[in-house]
Parts: sequence; C-alpha cells; structure tokens
Amino acid sequence: MIHQFKNNGYNIVMDVCSGAVHVVDDLTYDVIAFYEENNQKKSETTIEALLDRFPAYSRRELEEALAEVEERKAQGELFAPDEYEDVVWEFKKRKTVVKALCLHIAHDCNLGCRYCFAGEGEYHGDRSMMSYEVGKQALDFLVEHSGNRRNLEVDFFGGEPTMNFDVVKKLVEYGRSLEEPHQKKFRFTLTTNGLLLDDAIMEFANREMANVVLSIDGRKEVNDYMRPAKNGKSTYDLIVPKFQKFARLRNQTNYYVRGTFTRHNLDFSKDVLHLADLGFRQISVEPVVAQPDEPYAIREEDLPQLMEEYDKLAKEMLKREQEGRGFQFFHFMIDLTQGPCVMKRLSGCGSGTEYLAVTPWGDLYPCHQFVGQEEFRLGSVFDGIQAEELRDEFKLCNVYAKEKCRSCFARFYCSGGCAANSYHFHGSILDAYDIGCELQKKRIECAIMIKAALADQEEKENERA
Amino acid sequence: MKHIKTLTNKTLKSTMEKGGCGECQTSCQSACKTSCTVGNQTCENKR
Ligand code: SF4
Ligand code: SF4
Ligand code: SF4
Repeated sequence: MIHQFKNNGYNIVMDVCSGAVHVVDDLTYDVIAFYEENNQKKSETTIEALLDRFPAYSRRELEEALAEVEERKAQGELFAPDEYEDVVWEFKKRKTVVKALCLHIAHDCNLGCRYCFAGEGEYHGDRSMMSYEVGKQALDFLVEHSGNRRNLEVDFFGGEPTMNFDVVKKLVEYGRSLEEPHQKKFRFTLTTNGLLLDDAIMEFANREMANVVLSIDGRKEVNDYMRPAKNGKSTYDLIVPKFQKFARLRNQTNYYVRGTFTRHNLDFSKDVLHLADLGFRQISVEPVVAQPDEPYAIREEDLPQLMEEYDKLAKEMLKREQEGRGFQFFHFMIDLTQGPCVMKRLSGCGSGTEYLAVTPWGDLYPCHQFVGQEEFRLGSVFDGIQAEELRDEFKLCNVYAKEKCRSCFARFYCSGGCAANSYHFHGSILDAYDIGCELQKKRIECAIMIKAALADQEEKENERA
Repeated sequence: MKHIKTLTNKTLKSTMEKGGCGECQTSCQSACKTSCTVGNQTCENKR
C-alpha cells in the first residue's frame, strides 16, 4: 500500500507496510500513483501505458522512473504487502502483564475547565480523594500483576492530584520501598493544572517524577476562557510563572506543557507558538474530543482550517529549528528509523490489559477515560480483575480488529486510535473517531515532511562544506 | 538514483523477528492522554 502527498514543496511517498519513506520528483510521483492504481486493478504497468497516460513526459524520462520504481519494489521498499496480521493476533493472545496504572488521586479540582471529560474534575459530583491505603493496595496490585517486567509506570492523575499531595508523597515513598525486594523500578509521573504548585511540590517532583505534564492551553484569553478558576477568575497569570520556573528547574526536559484546542481557537498554531515564546521547549497541544452538541466541539467543517494550522505550525517549527530556537511538538515527533516493532505498532494502546485506571476507592477501569462508566468496571485493586470477558475484549483490540484501521495508511503510527473515543462516538471500541483520524493523518504527514526538510537541509549543508 | 531519494528504508519487517518483547511503555502515557500515538515511541529492546 502506498500513501503519497505533497507538502511544503516535497513529494512524499510512504510505502506503508514496509515503513520506507521516499522523496521523489513530480514525474516519479505520478508514475507511482499510476502504478498503484494498476496494482489495484491487477494490471501491469508498461511503458506504453505510461506514455499513453502521461504524454507530457518523454519516453526516456518515463523509462528511467519506471526502472527506479521497479528496483525499489524488488527491494521491498515500494508496494510491499501487509504480512503482519497473523503475528499481531498471536502477539495479542500472549499472556499480558499490567505495566502501568493511572491513579485517580483526587476526584476534585480547583479549576472548572469547560471541556473536562470528568465534568469539571469532579467525575459527576463525586469528590472523593484516594486514601493512602487504597493507593498502597494499587501499588501492591501492580507489582503482583507485572510478571517479570521491571519498569512500572504510575501516573498521578485527577481531578487535580496536588489537592491530595500528601498521599502522593507517601505513595512514592511506599513505591520506592517495593523496588529492591521485588526487583522493580517505578516511573512516576504527575499531571497538574499548576494552581497549587509551589517550591516544595516542584522540589519533590524533580526528585521523584520521571515526567510532569503541566496543563495550559496557550494564549491568555484562550486559556482563561476554557480553563477558568472556580470563581471564574483568570488562571493564566497564576500558572505561567510557576510553569516557567518548573521547566527551567527540569532543564527543559522530561516535562510537557499540555493544552487542548477547541472550536474557540481553531487558529491553535498561535497557541503552540505562544507557549514556545514563553520559553517552553516541550509542547503538546491536542484537539478536544467532545460530543457534537457542545459549542466548543470540533466539527467536520473545521477540518480544512485545522489542516492549514498544522501546515503553518510545521513550517514555523522548521524555521525556528534553523534559527537555533527549535522546540518539540509532541504530535509531530516521529521516529522513522528506530521506532517500535510492528507488533507494538499494530496492537493498540493497551488499555484494559497493560494499562488500567484506579478510582479513589480502588475500582479498576480500562483507562482514565472510562472511569465512572459502570459498565466498564473491571474489578478492584482488592479483588483483582473480575470482568474477564470485558478485559478480553480490550485485550484483543488491535488494528486488524477494526475495519477502518485495517486499510488506513496511518495504522503503523497511530496504532488504531483511542478505544475511549471510538466508544464515545460509535458505541464500540472497535470503531474509530473520524475527526480524530483526519487530524491524526495530517499530523503524520506534517511530521514526515519535517523529516524530509531536515534531511534536505543537511544534504545542502554537506554539499556546501 | 535520480528520481527517488529514500528517507528511510524498510524498517518494519525486520522487527517481526526480535520484536514483541513488551518492554516498552504503554502508548497513552504522559503528554498525550486522549489519544494513542506510537510513532514517536522508543523501543526498549536493543534489537
Ligand atoms: S520494546 Fe521494542 S521490541 Fe519490545 S514490544 Fe516494545 S517496541 Fe516491540
Ligand atoms: S487514523 Fe483512524 S482509521 Fe487510521 S489507524 Fe488511526 S484510528 Fe484507525
Ligand atoms: S483508550 Fe484512549 S485514552 Fe484510554 S489509554 Fe487508550 S488511547 Fe488512551
């Protein structure tokens, strides 16, 4: 399968199933498209057919291009078949262990974000705090169900976890005490809105947290509209200085400022750049996921503008990179050479099996986005997994189980998307949230264009040298 | 090669043999908690 696109002056051809990516001239771009078309019709691409189709090109040019295409094909770098289905199903059937927990430390929040999937952080009126005992049991559960796996991930999530920070600290201490006797290593992470962030929390987090996620949406008016304090007041001025300090103390690594864009700021590239201008180097800004009746939900008609925004952002990032003031944008990061193996790429997010969310009272859910939906309760940290059928449904979830993903060019980078989004839009975890897919595909294209442009620049520099 | 410049050659098929060890992170952790992205993840298996 071939996916080809033009972006920022580059003609890019992805050979989806081999993972090869090529940059080609206009002629070859057309030849490859024609070749793929013929492949689908099971007819051969001859030089006569090419001449017939592209009278503007000379015979010599077309012969040359065709020869190159066929050579790449012989090497398995063009038109490679998808040969992974069996191994992926086998991989999915393996005995899995639990690797990661999302601990809902506090179902309460000191902000009233309009788009919060938890309903202003309160998970629909429930304002429980996780007790130390429940958290401790969760860590024991994780260690017990992690098999031989050494690295265990624990995210302190909410609501707002700093509202219950004493428990966070005690749990980190308890987790560390388990490391040696059980031959494990905990990787703790924290997501916070910053309101309660102070020097003590930063100091603790810099010692113990492998990553911190700092929530802010971008420009002041954008942030304050969607992320107001409970009294309706601005939060931007309160959090920005703290986040800047935090990022500096972490040497600009192992953190993310993370925002959400909505229909109210479709020009979100400005928010990303605003965060970069504030000095942040690790930035993630993602589309809101919301039911269509919400005023801030992204609609299909917004897609063209959003695509343009991603293009703008990619170009500006390249420019800044050249000027020596580059930054990372989470969704444009792509590893074309040493990324994950195919099994990992095609097997989905691991929700419900390797990754579980724990409520303040110890119930287990497939992931943070299913918390509070009774029909998705898997069990508890005290009694283990009880809903085995449900677990198995998640366990077998993979790209080949989803009609939309099987034939999607993005499948090796996207892994079949988010089960929660799929469920919330289509009532099944085996579907895909279409607006999200369109944006995902665009981001992959931009990320690859950036790689092509950087390689191109490097080549030019080498030529000059 | 005059017409085709290869940015990355085939990288996927070879990962079938030694891959699948399951040592890497789950893919919805950290910065991105509403979607699944594996394209930017690192493999923890020194193949
Ligand atoms: S660590 Fe590497 S080889 Fe192992 S499952 Fe993850 S991506 Fe595949
Ligand atoms: S972009 Fe959508 S259709 Fe494509 S693999 Fe991802 S979830 Fe599936
Ligand atoms: S279902 Fe969605 S939100 Fe949940 S872990 Fe998977 S990708 Fe993340």
